[in-house]
Amino acid sequence: MPLLRVFNRWLKNFASETQELFFFSLKMILALFRRPFYIPETMEQLYILGFGSLYLVVLTGIFAGQGFALAFSTELADFGAKNYLGRIIAISIIRELGPVLTALMIAARVASGITAEIGAMKTSNQIDAMIAFGIDPIRKVAVPRFIALILMVPALTIICDFISLLGAWIIAIFISHITSTVYWSAVFERLVFGNLFVGILKPIVFSFIIAFVACYKGFSSEGGTKGVGRATTESVVLSSITILVVNFFITKVVFSLIKGYL
Amino acid sequence: MIELKNVHFSYGEKPVLQNITFSVSSSESVVIMGPSGSGKSTILRLILGLECPQHGEILFDDENIATMKEKHKREIRKAIGMVFQDGALFDSLSVWENVGYYLLEHTRLSDEEIGRKAVEMLGFVGLNADEIIDKLPEHLSGGMQRRVAIGRALLSTNPRVMLYDEPTTGLDPQSAENVCNLIRKLQSEKSISTIVVTHQIADAIGLADRFVVIYAGELVFDGNLEQLRDSDDQRVRDFLAPFKSSFGEVAEKKFVG
Ligand SMILES: Nc1ncnc2c1ncn2[C@@H]1O[C@H](COP(=O)(O)OP(=O)(O)OP(=O)(O)O)[C@@H](O)[C@H]1O
Ligand SMILES: [Mg+2]
Repeated sequence: MPLLRVFNRWLKNFASETQELFFFSLKMILALFRRPFYIPETMEQLYILGFGSLYLVVLTGIFAGQGFALAFSTELADFGAKNYLGRIIAISIIRELGPVLTALMIAARVASGITAEIGAMKTSNQIDAMIAFGIDPIRKVAVPRFIALILMVPALTIICDFISLLGAWIIAIFISHITSTVYWSAVFERLVFGNLFVGILKPIVFSFIIAFVACYKGFSSEGGTKGVGRATTESVVLSSITILVVNFFITKVVFSLIKGYL
Repeated sequence: MIELKNVHFSYGEKPVLQNITFSVSSSESVVIMGPSGSGKSTILRLILGLECPQHGEILFDDENIATMKEKHKREIRKAIGMVFQDGALFDSLSVWENVGYYLLEHTRLSDEEIGRKAVEMLGFVGLNADEIIDKLPEHLSGGMQRRVAIGRALLSTNPRVMLYDEPTTGLDPQSAENVCNLIRKLQSEKSISTIVVTHQIADAIGLADRFVVIYAGELVFDGNLEQLRDSDDQRVRDFLAPFKSSFGEVAEKKFVG
């Protein structure tokens, strides 16, 4: 049964890779709290990740918000419920759309960059050279990117949320013809603890996913330039899918745990 | 100082080294020779603890690197300088940052001071510092990169062991000579244990207190120049055959002069 054998091998690979990724993630978390701390490297990454991704997040936010508002407003108008637009927009953007879109954008832009960079350093023996100098490459290379992601993904998500709400507001007043006051008061009505909590918890979790997957794929890349290319693709695909899956589970769990606060 | 005992190593299923045993005492210089792919670079990687042997011990001052904690290994590596076969320069750092890497990472010296030491070191390896100091490695020629790599390995606070993986390959004769002189100078002045992997028989003879020949992952020779010349191991003779003429010449020079 060759098919069974292939499946068996695939399963084994999957299991061993999951295990490796898990231990690698543990190492990264431990390294987060150990000296030496590479402050200049971290600052550089904050700048590259944060400001570098800003335009992307702004563009994504404004068009996603407008698109959503457009779709909802015609639908709501049928029920004569146009005034509720702000509520729906606020919930869907802050709880789902903002975190997921931002994380996916950063996975595409940043995870690929991190994996390619670390992978290239690995193939050209730079990682080994670092180790030979008595330096821990996880602390020196992975942790600054990890910290930058932990800080920047939530920050960019908040920006994305805000821009999306603005985008939707444009649609609300110019196309749905509801007043600003009605729109914004509906939005603010949904800015309750539960929604904000979910909206900030998700990007933090997603930043961990992106950091673990991107760094792991970089450090484990093998087979020269081609291998780095493969690792980069896998890094984006794996982090994006994991983000979507984990997003679903967070929503699900949160719904059952803090429903009263939503 | 460094001692390998019955070291076996394989990459996955592929056996690379079998039963390697040799030692390097302090301020001794050993040259490792052998055909391409015989496992020379792998030996250096094992000594650095970049790979772990499946069997055997690798002792650094009587401590086994193979079973050491990562933290302890990091400390030991600070006393080891390594020149990688392909240079392995940090391509996002400028030349002076590369050369001063050890000092930048492990000391509190100011940038100016490190820059000054880097310039000095570049002069030492025969490079014109003014021209290249702020360049990125990719803008240097292969030979220049190699010399920067050597400078980087040498500019540490107190290396006790230096590992050179083919330091003179691809250099013009003058630079190769400089590099060899440099290796010798360091070894004798600072009493550093040195392991050099090289294919250049002339350099080998100039550098070595002892020779080790690796053939297909096995150690087939360990001894001095006379023993090497007179070795009747077929594998050693085969390896040396192409160099026979230059070998005789250089060996002669060394014995006579
Ligand atoms: N990362 C690796 N994965 C699998 N096999 C490897 C790896 N690195 C080296 N090898 C194999 O190990 C053997 C020894 O390689 P090594 O680099 O030590 O040779 P070498 O003696 O330094 O050769 P050269 O003189 O060409 O540098 C080779 O057969 C090589 O194919
Ligand atoms: Mg080699």
